[in-house]
Amino acid sequence: MFHWFEQRPFFFAVLVFVFVAFAGIIEIIPDFAKQSRPTVGTKPYSVLELAGRQVYIKDSCNACHSQLIRPFKSETDRYGMYSLSGEYAYDRPFLWGSKRTGPDLMRVGNYRTTDWHENHMMDPASIVPGTVMPAYPHQFENIADLDTAYAEAYTVKTVFATPYDQDLDGDGKIDVELGDHASAIAKAKADAKLIAADMKNKAVKDAVANGQIPEIVALIAYLNSLK
Amino acid sequence: MQNGTQIEYDYSVAKAFTLATILFGIIGMTLGVILAFQLAFPELSNLAGEYGTFSRLRPLHTNAVAFGFTLSGVFAAWYYIGQRVLKVSLKESPFLMGIAKLHFALYFITILLAVVTLFMGYTTSKEYAELEWPLDILVVVWWVLWGVSIFGLIGIRRERTLYISLWYFIATFIAIAMLYLFNNMEVPTALVSGYGSWMHSVSMYAGTNDALVQWWYGHNAVAFVFTTPIIAMIYYFLPKESGQNVYSYKLSILAFWGLMFVYLWAGGHHLIYSTVPDWMQTMGSVMSIVLILPSWGSAINMLLTMKGEWQQLQTNTLIKFMVLASTFYMLSTIEGPIQAIKSVNAIAHFTDWIPGHVHDGVLGWVVFMVMASLFHMVPRMYKREIYSKSLMDTQFWLQTTGIVLYFTSMWIAGITQGMMWRAYDEYGSLVYSFIDTVTVLQPYYTIRAVGGLLYLIGFFMFAYNIYKTIKCGRVLDKEPINTTPVAA
Repeated sequence: MFHWFEQRPFFFAVLVFVFVAFAGIIEIIPDFAKQSRPTVGTKPYSVLELAGRQVYIKDSCNACHSQLIRPFKSETDRYGMYSLSGEYAYDRPFLWGSKRTGPDLMRVGNYRTTDWHENHMMDPASIVPGTVMPAYPHQFENIADLDTAYAEAYTVKTVFATPYDQDLDGDGKIDVELGDHASAIAKAKADAKLIAADMKNKAVKDAVANGQIPEIVALIAYLNSLK
Repeated sequence: MQNGTQIEYDYSVAKAFTLATILFGIIGMTLGVILAFQLAFPELSNLAGEYGTFSRLRPLHTNAVAFGFTLSGVFAAWYYIGQRVLKVSLKESPFLMGIAKLHFALYFITILLAVVTLFMGYTTSKEYAELEWPLDILVVVWWVLWGVSIFGLIGIRRERTLYISLWYFIATFIAIAMLYLFNNMEVPTALVSGYGSWMHSVSMYAGTNDALVQWWYGHNAVAFVFTTPIIAMIYYFLPKESGQNVYSYKLSILAFWGLMFVYLWAGGHHLIYSTVPDWMQTMGSVMSIVLILPSWGSAINMLLTMKGEWQQLQTNTLIKFMVLASTFYMLSTIEGPIQAIKSVNAIAHFTDWIPGHVHDGVLGWVVFMVMASLFHMVPRMYKREIYSKSLMDTQFWLQTTGIVLYFTSMWIAGITQGMMWRAYDEYGSLVYSFIDTVTVLQPYYTIRAVGGLLYLIGFFMFAYNIYKTIKCGRVLDKEPINTTPVAA
């Protein structure tokens, strides 16, 4: 039977396609909708947090840090409650990682603070002796791209109906505000001022006061949001 | 396989891809060695500002070796093997010749752009699919061109039956096309909103779904870049080089269709104990075990092809390369299923045992087989004898030692770290803080870096040997039939 296919390239190719596509169809489709439902209390990222998430991706933090707590006591003791599918509902892309050269960061916002990150990103070895993590001083100089962060928020709101400008918990207030471009950028800059208030780097503070948001501020906003 | 009349094959595109293989091999493997030394000696991570950090370089390394080095080797082999097993020359069709040249040009430009954009930090973060959307479009274009080349050449073939190598090339083309398209579905944000960087895009899938699609892709990028096209090579080059018939046609059918059916299921083993549904994790685990059958089917078929001819191991260094490659394929395809068993995965996942596993597969199987293919093709394409046998032998042992140092150190590192993460003392507290489990790895990271360096030195020897062969190897008056001639 297979010999028949080996003389007919078209049907051979079709058969190969059926064989390889089969697994994907069975595995991926059935639970697709269910898995994308958000957990109660999960909110979309603010524009500043998204800008920080883009810094996280740009510097490939996910090459060494996972964001996935497995349901073992040794992991929940170390990192907190194990991960739930719905907590990732607004993560595009997902950032689970595949290698823990450094610790998991899924709930790092629960136990690290702005000043800890500030010192650590500038010189990790001064905070954690023996670390293999590189220093990221350039994040204190590079300016975060708020426009692209707004573009991402706007895109997921329009294309994927991510609930910005909505009252999610029914308390009569909008939970995560996006608004138009001007108001979104103004809001992000205001958020950045709150982060910078807890930082000590003079250049960073001055930049934020002048409306320029260094990458480190956005990144810390993102890391603080991971809970 | 010989017919009376000789067909004049055209190797211009195969030659171009051969040189690209060596170029990207040097770039990708050098980056790999730098990364390995950075983990052993972290100060090396801060020598070039943001462009020299481990995290920025890591995607560059994986992309350069997988899509630069390996794919170049695959395409070189296709433009060599394709004509020969179909008994038709590219010269006979100016159209297909043009497609082939365009394929090479676009491919080469894409990889160069990939290097530049990844350095700059443009990445989607999804492993082995890091390239941003404009590059994804380029990839799709030249992948389609490759498909036109495959099916075009098949369309004008003289040999009616498709040889085993062609099955694997067709499978590579179809599976990667499907996987790449679905995993790289993304929306460019500047096009939708009118603001921000035009390079940026956002994934079509969110969270757990994104992870599922990603590892369905990620695992099978391994299958259809690092496995099927490499099997295509060994099914052609081992019988050709040794002058032996493939041991069993039935076994090759079983192994091929088995691999096609089972491989895609195994992606779930990357997501064990994650938030994807439990049944999917179990399927990934079970199917990974089943996968041993078709994987070992191919490997055993190759080893048995050498039955009664094992003395060639002593006389022909190329046979040594290919036999070692099949052996490492067997090692790697038993190790993977072991890691996919849930209780083993609980320890192994997130540790250095995973890169250890990847590298005994790629260094031992993929790179060895690609180098053996080039050693076989270059003397026939350039009509010259291989420059140096002693260089080949030295390279072989240097690289084999390098691989062994690499995977043994990473096995120990991975299991050590996995056990330390879960260690409790008598009061029920975690024994080690995270940093304790990092500093303990320093000696193993050093051994791994040294192993990688040995391997890289071997690769430079290979590049030099090929260069000298092309430049000043003894000219051959006619094409060797089996054993590739090597200067003593």
